[in-house]
Parts: sequence; C-alpha cells; structure tokens
Amino acid sequence: MASNKKYWKNEAELNPNDSIVETLKQNEFVEPIPVDDFLGDKESLSATSTNRRDFLKYVGFSTAAASLAACEGPVHKSIPYVVQPENIIPGVANFYATTIANGFDFASILIKTREGRPIKVENNKDAKVAGSANARVQASVLSLYDSTRLQGPMANGEPTEWSVLDAAVKAKLGSLKGSGQQIALLTQTYASPSTDRLIGDLKAEYSNVNHVVYDAISEDAAASAYEAKYGERALADYDFEKAELIVSFGADFLGDWQGGGYDGGYAKGRVPKNGKMSRHVQFEANMSLSGANADKRVPLTPMQQKIALAQLYAKLNGTSVGGELSENVQKTIDDVAAEIRKNKSGAVIVTGLDDINAQTVVLAINEMLGSKAFDAASPRYVRQGNVKAVQKLISDMKAGKVGALLVDGVNPMYTLPNAADFKEGVEKVGLSVVFSNNWNETTEVAQYTASANHFLESWGDTQIKKGQYSLVQPTIKELFDTRQFQTALLTWLGSDKSYYEYVKETWTQSILVGNDWNKALHDGVYSAAGMTLASSADADPENTVSAEVDKEAVDVVEEVVAQSGIPIATAINSLVNATSGGGVELTLYSKTGMGAGQQANNPWLQEFPDPITRVSWDNYVTVSKADAERLGFVNEHVANGGLDGSYANVTVNGVVVNNIPVIIQPGQAIGSIGLSFGYGRKVGMKTEMQTGVNAYPLYQDFNSVQAATIEKASGMHEFACIQLHKTLMGRGDIIKETTLEIFNTKDHSEWNEVPMVSLDHQEVPATSVDLWDSFDRTIGHHFNMSIDLNACTGCGACVIACHAENNVPVVGKEEVRKSRDMHWLRIDRYYSSEDTFEGDNIKKDEFDGLTGDKGSLSGFGELEHPAANPQVAFQPVMCQHCNHAPCETVCPVAATSHSRQGQNHMAYNRCVGTRYCANNCPYKVRRFNWFLYNNNDEFDYHMNNDLGKMVLNPDVNVRSRGVIEKCSMCIQKTQKSILDAKRDGRLVKDEEFQTACSSACGTGAIVFGDVNDKESEVSELVESNRMYHLLEHVGTKPNVFYHVKVRNTIEA
Amino acid sequence: MKLSCQDVDRNKIHMKKVPYRHSISKVLGVTLFVFLLFSVSISAQEDGAADEAATEAAGAGDTAGDPAKGKALFNQNCAACHALNRKMTGPALANVETRLSEDEGLDREWLYKWIKNSPGLIASGDSYAKKVYAEYNQAAMTPFPTFSNEDIDNILAYTAAPPKTAAPAAAGADAAAGTSGASAAGGISNEIILGALALVFALLVGMLFLVNKTLRRIAEANGVVLEDDASPKRLPLWKAFAKNQFLVLVTVVFLLLGSAYFAYGWMMQVGVDQGYQPIQPIHYSHRIHAGDNKIECKYCHSSARVSKTSGIPALNVCMNCHKSIYQVADETLEEGKREYGVDYNKEIKKLYAAVGWDEENQKYTGESQPVEWVRIHNLPDFAYFNHSQHVSVAGIECQQCHGPVEEMEIMYQFAPLTMGWCINCHRETEIKVEGNAYYDKIHTELSKKYGVEKLTAAQMGGLECGKCHY
Repeated sequence: MASNKKYWKNEAELNPNDSIVETLKQNEFVEPIPVDDFLGDKESLSATSTNRRDFLKYVGFSTAAASLAACEGPVHKSIPYVVQPENIIPGVANFYATTIANGFDFASILIKTREGRPIKVENNKDAKVAGSANARVQASVLSLYDSTRLQGPMANGEPTEWSVLDAAVKAKLGSLKGSGQQIALLTQTYASPSTDRLIGDLKAEYSNVNHVVYDAISEDAAASAYEAKYGERALADYDFEKAELIVSFGADFLGDWQGGGYDGGYAKGRVPKNGKMSRHVQFEANMSLSGANADKRVPLTPMQQKIALAQLYAKLNGTSVGGELSENVQKTIDDVAAEIRKNKSGAVIVTGLDDINAQTVVLAINEMLGSKAFDAASPRYVRQGNVKAVQKLISDMKAGKVGALLVDGVNPMYTLPNAADFKEGVEKVGLSVVFSNNWNETTEVAQYTASANHFLESWGDTQIKKGQYSLVQPTIKELFDTRQFQTALLTWLGSDKSYYEYVKETWTQSILVGNDWNKALHDGVYSAAGMTLASSADADPENTVSAEVDKEAVDVVEEVVAQSGIPIATAINSLVNATSGGGVELTLYSKTGMGAGQQANNPWLQEFPDPITRVSWDNYVTVSKADAERLGFVNEHVANGGLDGSYANVTVNGVVVNNIPVIIQPGQAIGSIGLSFGYGRKVGMKTEMQTGVNAYPLYQDFNSVQAATIEKASGMHEFACIQLHKTLMGRGDIIKETTLEIFNTKDHSEWNEVPMVSLDHQEVPATSVDLWDSFDRTIGHHFNMSIDLNACTGCGACVIACHAENNVPVVGKEEVRKSRDMHWLRIDRYYSSEDTFEGDNIKKDEFDGLTGDKGSLSGFGELEHPAANPQVAFQPVMCQHCNHAPCETVCPVAATSHSRQGQNHMAYNRCVGTRYCANNCPYKVRRFNWFLYNNNDEFDYHMNNDLGKMVLNPDVNVRSRGVIEKCSMCIQKTQKSILDAKRDGRLVKDEEFQTACSSACGTGAIVFGDVNDKESEVSELVESNRMYHLLEHVGTKPNVFYHVKVRNTIEA
Repeated sequence: MKLSCQDVDRNKIHMKKVPYRHSISKVLGVTLFVFLLFSVSISAQEDGAADEAATEAAGAGDTAGDPAKGKALFNQNCAACHALNRKMTGPALANVETRLSEDEGLDREWLYKWIKNSPGLIASGDSYAKKVYAEYNQAAMTPFPTFSNEDIDNILAYTAAPPKTAAPAAAGADAAAGTSGASAAGGISNEIILGALALVFALLVGMLFLVNKTLRRIAEANGVVLEDDASPKRLPLWKAFAKNQFLVLVTVVFLLLGSAYFAYGWMMQVGVDQGYQPIQPIHYSHRIHAGDNKIECKYCHSSARVSKTSGIPALNVCMNCHKSIYQVADETLEEGKREYGVDYNKEIKKLYAAVGWDEENQKYTGESQPVEWVRIHNLPDFAYFNHSQHVSVAGIECQQCHGPVEEMEIMYQFAPLTMGWCINCHRETEIKVEGNAYYDKIHTELSKKYGVEKLTAAQMGGLECGKCHY
C-alpha cells in the first residue's frame, strides 16, 4: 500500500510555491561543481582531437609503461671525496665549540656535524656562563638551512655582486669622510671584543661614525640603572643557586629576562638537599615560566608591582611609604620582608619592570642585603641597546644628517614601534645597507641588502659576562654568496685581513695573555684568570663583610644613596605614585618559542607549544577570566577537538592592533593583559609561517608595560592548542607533590604513597601485583630515565632537541589543531582548580554522593576549571618504556617489542598502522604519521626541500605515512656509546649514556643512565624517596620515573 | 632458506658457464699462445744481445757496475720518485750519467755527491743542483748517505743499460699460455663430445624413423592391417581425466600451490640484488689490488674500522700509490685486454682525469671531477648497519659478507643482504670477547645464565628489533 506520508527535510518544502525549494529540487548539486577547475578550459577541451577511447589507450599505455619501468631497481650513485678532509670520517660525528650571539640569545654551545653538515646543538659543559641552549638556540641549526635565506647581495631588490656593493659603500664612505653627515651603524648587541675593536678602527678612520646598539626587546631601564650606579652599561648578574629566597617583581628570569640563561642555577637551588631548598615568591601580571615555578605567586598589575616593590624596600629599612595594595598582598609583602630580615644575604630581589626607578631600587636592595646571589662586580653584556640613541638616530635620519646607514642583526622596520619614522628616515639617507639572513621588512626599504652569514658560518667572539669570553667559529663553509658584517667592514676599511685573523689578533693581544689560542678555540670558552677569582672566590668574603654592615640597615641605605646616580628617595617616590593610566595594563613579553622573532621562519619553533598556554603557531592576548567575562571574550572547544577564541582589538596611545586572538589565562592579574613579541612577520616568509600578530607597534617608548584599552572584535580564531584539558582533576598520582615541611618531617610512605589495588578483595600495593612474568634484567645495561619535577622549569629545550635528534616531522597548524602533533616529548602543564593541587585532592576525596554540596556531578565539573591564580606543574612525558608495555601485547604484527636494555623498540618497517598500540598506551605518547610529511608540498616545511633536509640526523629513520612512531630513548645514542666502549675495549662511562633530552636539559631535571651500573647517577636517583612512576596502579612498570615535586611553602 | 639454496645453485651454474662462454676468445687464446711461444724466443735473443752490450759497455767504462744489483737497488730506493724513461717526482734517469756528462759536463763524482747529500750540494751553491731543485718544485731529493760508491755505480750501470724484463714476462706468458691452452683444450674436447653425441642422437632418430617406415611398408605389402582404431570405445585420456572431478580438484590444488610457491619465491627475490655487478665509471679491479698486490682491505676502506660506513676511498687514497704507478706491467695490461677487454692504463688515466693530476708536470691542476661510483650494496634506510661493530669489535673478515673480493675483477654483491641472512649469522656467530674489557662482566654473567661456554650475538641481544631498526 502506497503511503501518503510526505517526508520533508526542511519546513520550507511544505510550501509548494517556494521557488528556492523548487530550484533546489531540480538541481542535484547546490553549488556548481568546479569542473572547469580540474578539466581546464572547456573550449579547448571540446576542440581537442583526443576522444574517450584515445584517453583510455593513453591511460593503459602509461600504466603499463609505469609498471614496466618500476621493474628495474633504481641505480644509486656513491660519490666519495676527491680529497678527503683529514678530520672528516664519513659516518662519524664531529663536535665544534661555538657561540650563538644573535643579539637576543647568547649561549656557548657545541655543534654536532656529520660529513660537514651541522645537525644538532648541544650544551657546552665547559662554559661557566650561558652554557646551555634554550629551545630557540636548539632550533637555530635549522635556520641555517632555511630555504628562504638570501643567496647573495641585492641592490634595490635585484641580485647584484659583492664587488658592486663594495664599490658603492667605499665610494660613499670616502665621500662622507670629514663631512658633516654621520656614518651610522645600527646593530644588535654583539658583546664582542673584536667587533668593538673593529668599530673602533672604523671610528679612527672615519671620525663621523655613530654606532647605535639596538635591542629589539630593550633592557634599557636595567642597563641605565646599572650604568648610573656602577658606571658601566651592563646588566647585573645573578646566581640563583646561591639564593635561598628569590623575590621577583615581574622578572621572568626563567624566560628571557635580561638575556636569560638563569634556569640552571635556579634549578640547582630548587632540589631539596639536606632538607633545604630555595623559596621563590613571584609578583607578576602575566603567567610566566618563573611564576609557574614559584612557591608563591601573587598576580599584580605592573602598577601594583611598583607599589609593592617600594613597600618592600620601605619595610626593609624600617620606613613606610604610601600606595594602595589589597590586604593579602600587603600581608605577603610583610611576610617576605620578615623572611628577608631573617637571612639577608640569602635573599635576592629581581625585577623585570621597564622602569629605571624600579631597577635602581632593586640594585639598592640587593646591595643593601649583601645578597650572595647578586653579582654586580662582573656584569653581563648581553643587552647594550640604548633607546635614546636609537630615537636620536631616527630623528637624525629624518633630518637628513645621516649619510650612510649600515644595519646588522636587527630588523627595525619590524621591531620598531615607530617603524614609519624609520622608513621616512631611511629614504633620506644617502646609502643604506642592511645585513640580513632573509628578505625582511627592513631590507625592503634599504638600497642594498647584504646577504649575511648564519652564525654557524661565521667567526667571532663574545664576552657574555665580564671576564667570560667565548669564541664563535664556523662549522660549515658559507652555503651561499654571503658575508658576515665584520668581514665586510674589514673589506671596506681596505684591510686584507680576514675576520678570523682579526679575532685571533684581538685575542692574542688582549684576552689570552699568553694562553693557547687553539685550546680556547677547542673549548669555545675562556675565563680570564683574574675574573674567575673575583666572581667566585672573592664573592663570599665580600658578602659576609657587607652582611655584617647591614645590621645597621639605615646607614647602609644612605651609603647606597650616595653611590647611586639616581637618588633612591626619588625612585621610591615615583614607584609609589605609579598609575595604571586607565584601561588595562598591557605587559608585552617574549615567548619561549619565538623570542624577539629572529627565527620566525623556523618551523620547529612555530610548532613548539608555548609552555604555559600550550598553543603553537600563534601569539595571542592573555586575559584573566574575570576580565574575559566582563568583556565577553570566550575560549571554547569545538567539535574537531580544536580550541577557538574570540578576537580583540588592543589600543595603546592611539595605535591599534586589530584581531588579536584571546586566550583566557589563569593567573593573569585582573586588569592586566599580556601579548608576546616575535609574531606577525610577513615579508620574506613562507605563507605557513606568517602567523600571529605583530606586537611591536604597541611597544611605545620601548616600554614593555603600556596602558591599553581592549575591546572585543568579531569572529573566532582557530588555535592550534595541544592541551585543552587544563587541570589535574585531583588526580594526585599523576603529579605527586608535597610541601617542604611534610617532606622533611614525615615518612615518604605518607607523601609518596604507593597506590593500592584490590587483589582477592585485599588492598595491596600496586607494585606487588603483576599480570606477567618479569624477565631478568639484572645483566647488561638497563636504561632508566629520571625526571625531577622540582628541577624542571618547563623551558622546552628538550622538546626541540628531541625534534632535531630524531627527525620528528613538522605537521603544521591545521594538523596540530586536529591533535596530530608529532612531538615525541611533550611537557604537560597542569593548573590547580582550587588554590593548590592539594586542595584539588582533598576536594575530590571528599566527594559524597552524586548531588549536593559535595556531589561528584557538580564537583568534577568544577574541578575542570582552573583557579584564578592556580598552582602550576610541569611534567615532561615521553614514552615510558614500560617493562610490561600495554602497547606491545596488542600489536598484531609484533612491530613493537621490548629489549633487554629496557627500551621499547618500534620497528617502523614492520608497522602496518593499526594504531592499537596508541589506543592501548596509558600515557598517550605514540604518534601516528597521518601523512607523508617529507617531500610533500602539502607540508612545505624543512623536509620538503633539499636544503632543509640537510639538518636530518642520518642515524635515524625518516618515517613514512601510516606508521606509528614514538620516543626510542635515543637508542641510536645508547648504541653508539656502547659501540664506542666495545671498540676501545672498556666499560661505558656513566656520562656517556645520554638521550637528546637529557643532554639538552640545562637544569639537570632529566637524567638518563644505566641502573645496573651501581655507580651511575640514575641508579642513585631510582633509590630516592621522591621516586615514583607515572600511573603506577596500571602496573606497566615504566623505565621512566619521576621525582615528587616539593614546594617550599614554609612562610615566615 | 630453500630460496637461497636455489639462488646459490643458480649462481653456481652461472659461474660455471663463464669459462665456456667465449669460445672465440679461446681460439684467439690459442693463437696468442702460439704467438707468444715465438715472441719469447725473440725477446730472449734480444735479451742476450742487450746483456752482451751492457757488459761491453761496462768493460769499456772506467768503473764497472752490476746492472742486476743496480736494478734491485733502484727498485728499492729510487723507483718511488724516478722512472727510467719518464719524468716523475724526479727526472727520468735513463742514461743519466751520459746525459749529465754530455749536456752539463758533470762527472760521476758530482753524482756521488748529489745522491749522498743533495741538500748539501744545493746549499753549497752548485748551479746545476740549484737548477734541478728549482725545476722539480723545490722538492729536495732524499739523501742516501748509506750508499757506497759501488752501489751508485751499480745503479748507474742499470740506468745506462737496464736488463730487459723479458724473462719474467716470458715466464708469465708461459703460465698464462699454459692455463689458457689447457682450458682451450678442455673446451674443445667437451664440445666435440657434445657434438658427437648430438650427431649420434640425430642418427638414431633418423634410423628409428626409417626402420619404422620400412616395417610399415613391409606390413602393408604383407597385407597386415594395422589396428589403429583397435579400441574406439575407450575415452581419450584427457577426457577421462576431465570427467574425474576429484582428480581435477587435486590437480588444480597442486597447480595453485605450486604456482603460489614459485610466485612467492619470485616475489621474495624482488629487491634482493645478490650478484648485482654494475658497470663502474672506472674499471677498478679488486683482483689486482686486494688479490695480486695483497693490499689490506682497510688500507683503502679505512673508515670501516671506526665508522658505520666502510667508505668508498677518496681519490687521494688512490693517488698515494698511483702517483708513482702510472701504468701496469705489460703482462697485466695484456691480461686485462685479453680476459676482460680492459686497458688498465686507460683506467689509470681516468683516475688522473678525475683527481686532476697533470702527469706531464707531475702536478695537481685543481680541476677535479668526482667519480660517480654505482653503489652495489644498498641496504634499505630502515636498517642500521655499522661496519666498525663487525670489523673492529667482532673481528669479522670482510670476505665473510663481501665474498672473495680478492678474486673479483669487477665487484659484485656476494651476500643477499636480507634480514634472514643477518639474523642467521647473529644466531651462529659467537661473541669475540678476548681482550675486550667491555664484555668481561656481561659475558660471564650471561653465559652462566644461559649455561653456555660462548655466547652468540643473538644471546647478547643481537636479534632485538631496535638494535637495527630505529
């Protein structure tokens, strides 16, 4: 029986006269199919003589031909050296000590080269300062192989010859000699004795040379304060290892504050030893790495930080100042002051406020306390930029007073807040030459672009800290027709010396004082004999003396005032009277992954997830939850698992930056917002890398704190965030933590409980239950990895090191958004939902019933939301190499299996891509190759061009589509160490066993080694009371273990 | 394993075939042999004449030298830098004494001084000494203060009239002729036997056919009716077979199994390039270098000791020797042309062209042209293999995997390089522990655990996936 029912898809269909419905009914495809797009022009198609049969013939023939051609194996060519260099053995890596000094990052590093190609950055353990590479330095080796690098000099955008450029510059310099116009050098901070000497030579030749040092992200306030007090333009150095109490006012010293590199010393003081560890109190607006690691974090807007700092100063010398702060902040400051008074020399105060008064006060307090961690005697030289000089230069340029402008290492058109002024000025300059690795915003406006060397192709030297010298040596010949700035200067000075000879001359004449140049070059670092004494041995007696003097604090303060260039009273006064300027307070900061933005074209860094927000491929404005609710900003998770966020327009002093995506940041001080530098570059960049917005236009007067207004803009931004779940939900067994008090007083079974499971209805320790028979692993090597949650600052150097070592592909923003990121090592970041993680645990344990006040239904919902000022914990997670691995038992093809040495092996060539293993992994560390990420135009990153592929590690496979991959515990490195020992006929030394992450870790949080070697560090660590395994109750028996995080919450 | 046996068999057949392939060359060989027989006697005559001449010359000269002793001394001390008729690092030395006395007016005393202490002579300001020094890139000749005047006389006697090298050449030729003659003889006899057999078979077939025909004719003549269709009711065999479904089924199953077996076998050899012997841009003979001259493998493939790759030697390694060895011995040249159709001297010239060596002036021109060798052993990227582990640690002979390289005129892939082949060796090979402190502890403990005297690589963990695949 036919049904009379009428089925309809849309209400409109019920109306028989609806014309749209009628049209749609007749039209199968609502949108026209773009046949022309893939078939080409319709006319020429119909005009062609090829009919359907011919087409089929061609297809048939070509298929047959292709299959025939495939029958023959490819012929591989092998081309040996004509003359093999003496120190290169194919297949054996060489290491060279060098230094990165790109104006933002300064570090002494080792470069691993294979067959002459630099492929990896390692830490230089000989270096006394800045010997560890952060994520950006780790990634810098890939920037060497950037396919967008300039391959030769350019004149007005057209390729030219060096000889043309040389002639033009020489002629211009000659004509300017003795004239009224300046020869201006606008450069990065070099901190280089040889470059200083060279510029001195230039000044001697041309009296009208004006060298202006420009830091994209300025530390002008700190440098000026130091200069006013100590008479030298530098930055005071701090050794946080010696500090017992660290009080920071907005200084992200675990990030890029004053050049960074302080995390190693900090972490050493953070590991409880003999019941003691340092205590860290952080007052800050944005949630920074330092704030995330602090024992106590107080969110304060920059204005409030200034008042707090002034009050702390007043408390310390017994006076009082005005300024309004909330009660609990006031109390915190009282507590801090009391703590400082107990142990003056053990305390250190730092600030990141771009305010000369704040910096002066901090120097005064540290001096007053006689802080052991404070080292003003041998300061750092890594930021020398002078804001006034830069502004003067721009006005000179506009006034036509500059005849020639030579720019090196900086990109003012991108980083200057007043780039338009600079552009106007450049147009009036007779000759402008810009040294750059890439085509960028500044090369666009310059007459000549000098293609510059990458630092791995250059010679040079640096003095990072007074008396601590390091050398830059090339690890590869120039890949292109490039030249470093110093070589060009030598040429223009008419010298026939190479810059290498010049550096050597400088060193033998004035630095080495008779010591061996070759040894210095080999080590990469050199400590001037007198200086090491002054900084280490002399420091203690000096401090004890000052500590004694400090008993009469008031007197000392007067002395300090006498010394200081800026009267301390004035400084305090101005701090107390700080105003927010209405609206919200914007704090501009540099992101761990991108810094000032020099390496914005580096896919590793773009894909590097921010340690705090876990967002990759973007910058964003961070807003507190309260402000977000007030202003209507939302962050929401959408169906494909991605994170979407509202857009905001931020206005500073009339300058608007539109459509900045918003991240709601727990811990952001209410009334403050944050925005990072380094993004939003467009010129000369691959389209994939043109991410984020440029924050520099808001960086007015080079002050990172600005009074801003923020308003909602329309639309939603699609983030590529790799961790959407922010809280631990009271699962205290994932990150175990305790307080120093409990750690010191109670047995470890209380604060490091072994989880219990039910066996035959009896509660027994999870470690005693076993589904499997264990193998005997007592013979031979058995690798374990220890991760100390107290030492891990979350900096992410290990993430990039792992990328570089293991040829981990870059997948791009879209794929990361789909949770298809390939990082073998991730650093999970958790917020507490209550004020502390302990609070979360208690809340969860007290759930009672489904509903009600303590009901689990609403309770778990609440636990999903982080607190307004949460505790933060970082946890690096890689393959845990379980002895009883759940992944191994489910693989249908036995592609993953266990070794006697404790490593969980993954045979890519055996894997068929069922992904059962990834599903069965409790730690979610297995990554699936959804696509072929190399030689694929859809993924146009470094593995898609010959140049970028040079960075690949030849000892590790490049995986193909359809296979699972994961951390191998760097088996290529352990195998190499074993082989080296076998070849030499000796046992393996403990320090030889390293993974990429453990050797990259500057804080010593990751330790790797052989637990069967009773002498090894890791076998000691595995016996520690703080040791626990991740998800111990699952019974996987991992070979990676963690150390309980201890927080120093003991307050005075 | 079955497969690899087949492969080996095939290989054997292949190897056997080689000597018979060019019967024409054998005939040529015989001709050559005959020719050589004559040439030996001719050169022997010449040799005698030259000897006589030399003795005469020596007798006529004021001091007699022994050219035979001189030759030995020359080869030992001078040949690295000097040749008789060719400029090398130093000047050509044929008739050097006559040349000097005629052109420069220098006597033997000058030569004594020069040879014993050339730097001294240069320093003393001797004009010709300085000239020679300047001409040869200011490379001073190694002084030979230990030479007695008599030694020098001997050498000079040799340079004046070198004894012909025909005797050893003749011997070599003899040997070569002998072998080629023998093999040629073998070839002929075999072919004759085969031919005769074929002829006999053909005759037999013909005879049978004739007999059959004759018998039929006789039968016909006698009126005997042949029972051609004696059993018309019987089904033809194939029809009977087709009707028996069981048989058909069994046959089909066997056929399918059989073809699957062969298909599998065929597919398993895809990508296994055992015996792969590509033509290389320079005909390099391992037979001559590693076999005849007994050069240690790791002299050239030095990185095999320390690196994962054995390394194709850089051309500067070749030039260590070939700077002096600009041509091969005549008999080697002949052999090359005869056996392999290769002019070895031309191959050396190819090396010079690649490395940019100007033979005339004994100088590098700096214009080099890297050699694009065809890679023979292509291990897939997903397999990690380290030469030094096997060569230095395990002490395995190169030949174990690369075969009798010292006999290979053209290098080929000897081993299948399959995973089964690797694994098999790891199962069978014992660890070499002697004198290696690394193994001391682990070996005692493990061997106690497994209850064996000697551990195999497999027991040390050499079968674990991740040891080769990462």
